[in-house]
Amino acid sequence: MAATDVDIFSNEEKRNLSLGGHVGFDSLPDQLVSKSVTQGFCFNILCVGETGIGKSTLMNTLFNTMFENEEASHYQNGVCMRPRTYDLQESNVHLKLTIVDTVGFGDQINKEESYKPIVDYIDTQFENYLQEELKIKRSLFNYHDGRIHICLYFIAPTGHSLKSLDLVTMKKLDSKVNIIPIIAKADTISKSELHKFKIKIMSELVSNGVQIYQFPTDDDAVTEINSSMNAHLPFAVVGSIEEVKVGNKTVRARQYPWGVVQVENESHCDFVKLREMLIRVNMEDLREQTHARHYELYRRCKLEEMGFKDTDPDCQPFSLQETYEAKRKEFMGDLQKKEEEMRQMFVNKVKETEAELKEKERELHNKFEQLKHMHQEEKRKVEEKRRELEEEMNAFNRRKVAAETLSLAQPLKKDKDKKN
Amino acid sequence: MIERPESAVASIAQRNLEGYVGFANLPNQVYRKSVKRGFEFTLMVVGESGLGKSTLINSLFLTDLYSKDYPGPSLRIKKTVQVEQSKVLVKEGGVQLTLTIVDTPGFGDAVDNSNCWQPVINYIDSKCEDFLNAESRVNRRLMPDNRVHCCLYFITPSGHGLKPLDIEFMKRLHDKVNVIPLIAKADTLTPEECQLFKKQIMKEIQEHKIKIYEFPDTADDEDSKLIRKIKEQMPLAVVGSNVVIEVNGKKVRGRQYPWGVAEVENGEHCDFTVLRNMLIRTHMQDLKDVTNNVHYENYRSKKLAAVTCNGGVDTSKTKNQMTRSPLAQMEEERREHVMKMKKMETEMEQVFEMKVKEKKQKLKDSEAELERRHEQMKKNLEAQYKELEEKRRHHEEEKSNWEAQQRILEQQKLDASKTMEKNKKKGKIF
Repeated sequence: MAATDVDIFSNEEKRNLSLGGHVGFDSLPDQLVSKSVTQGFCFNILCVGETGIGKSTLMNTLFNTMFENEEASHYQNGVCMRPRTYDLQESNVHLKLTIVDTVGFGDQINKEESYKPIVDYIDTQFENYLQEELKIKRSLFNYHDGRIHICLYFIAPTGHSLKSLDLVTMKKLDSKVNIIPIIAKADTISKSELHKFKIKIMSELVSNGVQIYQFPTDDDAVTEINSSMNAHLPFAVVGSIEEVKVGNKTVRARQYPWGVVQVENESHCDFVKLREMLIRVNMEDLREQTHARHYELYRRCKLEEMGFKDTDPDCQPFSLQETYEAKRKEFMGDLQKKEEEMRQMFVNKVKETEAELKEKERELHNKFEQLKHMHQEEKRKVEEKRRELEEEMNAFNRRKVAAETLSLAQPLKKDKDKKN
Repeated sequence: MIERPESAVASIAQRNLEGYVGFANLPNQVYRKSVKRGFEFTLMVVGESGLGKSTLINSLFLTDLYSKDYPGPSLRIKKTVQVEQSKVLVKEGGVQLTLTIVDTPGFGDAVDNSNCWQPVINYIDSKCEDFLNAESRVNRRLMPDNRVHCCLYFITPSGHGLKPLDIEFMKRLHDKVNVIPLIAKADTLTPEECQLFKKQIMKEIQEHKIKIYEFPDTADDEDSKLIRKIKEQMPLAVVGSNVVIEVNGKKVRGRQYPWGVAEVENGEHCDFTVLRNMLIRTHMQDLKDVTNNVHYENYRSKKLAAVTCNGGVDTSKTKNQMTRSPLAQMEEERREHVMKMKKMETEMEQVFEMKVKEKKQKLKDSEAELERRHEQMKKNLEAQYKELEEKRRHHEEEKSNWEAQQRILEQQKLDASKTMEKNKKKGKIF
């Protein structure tokens, strides 16, 4: 815990008091338990493994019931997640179990993107929970929690080592979910091979930095069993829903010509160990780890992405109100800016077009002026010509008149001459 | 009545198990983990001085919370209403409980008690705020739950009814915290008086629509019977004592009077045992749950609504907004804004286009007008030219005609004068 956290939360003196009698709050855990039982529990398992590796059979065997399943084909285009929810009850405990299958995993030729749908599914569940948690009016106690509590990773029983697809996928998942690797169809490996196989797998996981789920060893009641089980990882399991008569008992087993592999026989496979660890002993811890570690990590990353911080630049802790108000102010400012930008753009556009149009107008005006000039010129010319003509006509008329008067005078002279 | 959250009814496939699976062990796992974690509980006591609040706490928890080393608030001088908390750690049967007792010395003691509930409300709200801030941090650690889980309200055993202060206080606090009203110093009331008093109080509580803490219904028949019995005895009449007295060879907590001993844990003397069983042994967890799921959520949604809607009181909008987180709300607003801007943009574009078209049209029109006029003027001019040409031609014609005539005349004259000369020469002239 950071120093500041400690200060904030436990700065009051706590006195230890002894009680003078039986008060009765030792029933508190019982009250809590009875409330949980009334509410019911919820558990989500993710099964990752190649098609045909025995995921559905193992689930049926684990929970002693027939879940719906269609056999998947090998020809899926990509990996597709198939979640199914069931309501189970054992004595007075109700369990809402969701099994998520990865259909088509490992079938494609190019498996580079295989892990993506799985990671996306897990993230979506976290996101949904986060959204619900952030709502103004929320109902978390009512909320159907879809977050994956455990990922069972099915390793093919090659006997040699992990496939590169396995390493890549587990590396992508280890920070998001509790992983328990299991060796599937363990009845194809002999005991000695199995031993070597397990060691190889664990060392590969360690050398690649893959964090698998460790059974908790901090609770006295289960420390022993958990730490011994930690050494048996990965569990080599065999699943079967068929029943075979062995001796005078009917057990679940797989019948071979050379013998019968009994599912619940601990010397045949680790099925019982898996069931113990997964369901009987650590179910609650798996749920707690998912909520307190994986979900918190997701939430932290998401909130930081969104720009939330716990302290402002002066290292003073933000209150929730301040954070939201700051965000809101920023957001409003952003919107305002966008609006302003758009208006500005428009204003510019209008200005431009106005200028263009004015230009055109001016041109037109000029043209008009030009034409006017031309026309005036022409008019002048016409006027001049007219004047010329006028003058000519006048001159001509004068001549005519002169000539007439002359001719009028002439006959007189003739007459005069005649008289003479 | 306080609204209880209802569990969702799931409609998913049912399966029957055909053998042992083992998840029936889950409750045990939960049990172990909870014991490891430890428990917390905050209890608030409110009432006028001298009603025996501290004594009751000591009796409830069988310890000296307020001892001579830690004197209770009643011994301190108080001018205004204080809110004081003391944290103690108690263990029993392997279970650790961090108990916080919140006391309110000075409540109702002044002459003018208006707003004496305010410090109490402020305290409760500040604890909720602390929790809200802790819950909303990016880096969350284990959050201690300091919210007030239960408020015991002490009623003066007047025997008549609730006082205005009682009603006012409970009305203001019933939607912030679980309120359990108690009749204090119940050893001043006879059983009959107590019954009447209780009836009167419950009537007044219902009249004023005060929501006191309600016990949840259980499926279990036996529990239901018990709960019904408790409900009939509300409000509980309690007696507390710090003193252990010997009665009939037994050591009991009680109050010694000349006329007898009022035993605290005797069911016929008072309802103390009922209170203790209900508060601690059976319903402590439920009190915490109701605080978390109802009162705290109320506080939180009010707080966040204020931040998102900026205190806007548009109820039709707020209902929709409540189903989102403040950030989703901002996203929604952003989207709305983008749409609005788009619409505005298209509108402005339209207007702009229209105006441009108009102007362009006008320009075209004036250009056409110009052309027309120019054409007209040209035509005019041409006509004038033509006219002129016509005139000139006419004139030229006239002129040439006349000149031709003149020439003829001239010729004639010449001829005439020539003949005259000839005649003269011929002696025709006498």
